[in-house]
Amino acid sequence: MKRTALYEAHRRTGARMVEFAGWEMPVQYRGIIEETRAVRQAWGIFDVSHMARAHFRGEAAAQFLSRLVPSDLSKVAPGTGQYTVLTNERGGVVDDVIVYHLAPDHWLMVFNAANREKDLAWFQRWQAEFTNPPTIDDQTEQTVMIAVQGPEAAARLSAHMNPALAEVPRFGTLAFEWEGMPLFAARTGYTGEDGFELIAPAEYGERLWDALLAWGATPCGLGARDVLRVEAGLHLYGHELTDDTNPIEAGLGWLVSERTDYIGAEPILQAKQAVPTRKLMGIVLQERGVPREGYPVLVDGQGVGQLTSGVYSPTLEQGIGMAYLPAALAKAGTPCAVEIRGRAIPALITTRRFLKRS
Amino acid sequence: MDTPAELRYTKSDEWVRVEGDVATIGITDYAQSELGDIVFLELPEVGRYLQTDEAFGAVESVKAASDLYAPVEGEVIEVNTALQSALEQINQDPYGAGWMIKIRMKDPSQVNTLMTADEYRAYRGL
Repeated sequence: MKRTALYEAHRRTGARMVEFAGWEMPVQYRGIIEETRAVRQAWGIFDVSHMARAHFRGEAAAQFLSRLVPSDLSKVAPGTGQYTVLTNERGGVVDDVIVYHLAPDHWLMVFNAANREKDLAWFQRWQAEFTNPPTIDDQTEQTVMIAVQGPEAAARLSAHMNPALAEVPRFGTLAFEWEGMPLFAARTGYTGEDGFELIAPAEYGERLWDALLAWGATPCGLGARDVLRVEAGLHLYGHELTDDTNPIEAGLGWLVSERTDYIGAEPILQAKQAVPTRKLMGIVLQERGVPREGYPVLVDGQGVGQLTSGVYSPTLEQGIGMAYLPAALAKAGTPCAVEIRGRAIPALITTRRFLKRS
Repeated sequence: MDTPAELRYTKSDEWVRVEGDVATIGITDYAQSELGDIVFLELPEVGRYLQTDEAFGAVESVKAASDLYAPVEGEVIEVNTALQSALEQINQDPYGAGWMIKIRMKDPSQVNTLMTADEYRAYRGL
């Protein structure tokens, strides 16, 4: 099993470790509820070094990436990033990723740990189409990535590290040096809160982690990370996104441009124009219970889908989940039920915006 | 990991405290620690008659769901209803305020078939 450069730090902090996508990762420190609350109310830090990071360099870098994703990358200015998906020929999703435009002819992609080998093979396959393909440099194991998330994250980081961080817009990036440590910061995350994801060379990892702890951040594990992303209605590959789901039914139509020159453009543009057959929706339990992945969703006693994710939301103090439902039923406010241990627990179909804030 | 010597234990991580013919039942410190924060608990009604190893309820944490099994046969004579509004007691005080049900045992000698604290520690590698 692979270990991140922060493994020893996690042991010192009292983490409980689990296997995830071939990595030994912290699932929790003091408790998932406490960690979730810290990120919603203050700030927390997550070791996400297992996520894959690869640099694309060369004059065809943007052209190459544009072949792989439905987004319009000409709108992604240097110093910014874009959440998008890698699509296959059938219009399905190979992976969901963030691409960062670091400099002219230089892009960074962050993709899922579980898909690292698959994605690298995918890139290699499409490189052959190009006479001058970009070089692809997988830096996952040479670097650490720490997500710093929560309403206090930006203020804390800008106070302790660099005041310019406060000015970085959502999905903006900033490369800077802090006490001799080269850092890349992106104002992105996977929690529904404001915050940054920091990348540093692996040898600085523990120093960075310890500094964040010393400034009062709560260490958070994969358990809280999953709860936070479901509460935020965000997709997880292998759950809400697969090789057989298209971005339109997944509710990601907003990142599909009018371009027709990327892999899978035809089926995706068709799906965009067609009446959808199914749609990814939120489910909120109306009684006590914990909905989990795979549990059947019932409408009028009939099975209409199953949960792709489900958690107890400590923020809402309710069970919540997501499911692909027939488009005719996919209306917020429609009563449904989730079958838990053979019993139909009343629930409501909702949008994926579980945390509606005024 | 706490395993009080005066209690008996099951392979499914329940503990049993015996007073006369009444068995008090909960889940062990090991079980609560493995589960993490408990967020849901389902317990039987008073008066229900349980067979040995019958599922009598369920406990769920953020991470996992786990059925609860009756270590002994008998009638449920009391249920810790206060626990529903204080599920954290299962994590914080599994052998005290975190108790779940009391059973009037059909055959009090049945507890001798359950593991002692030493046996349970060996079983779980504690």
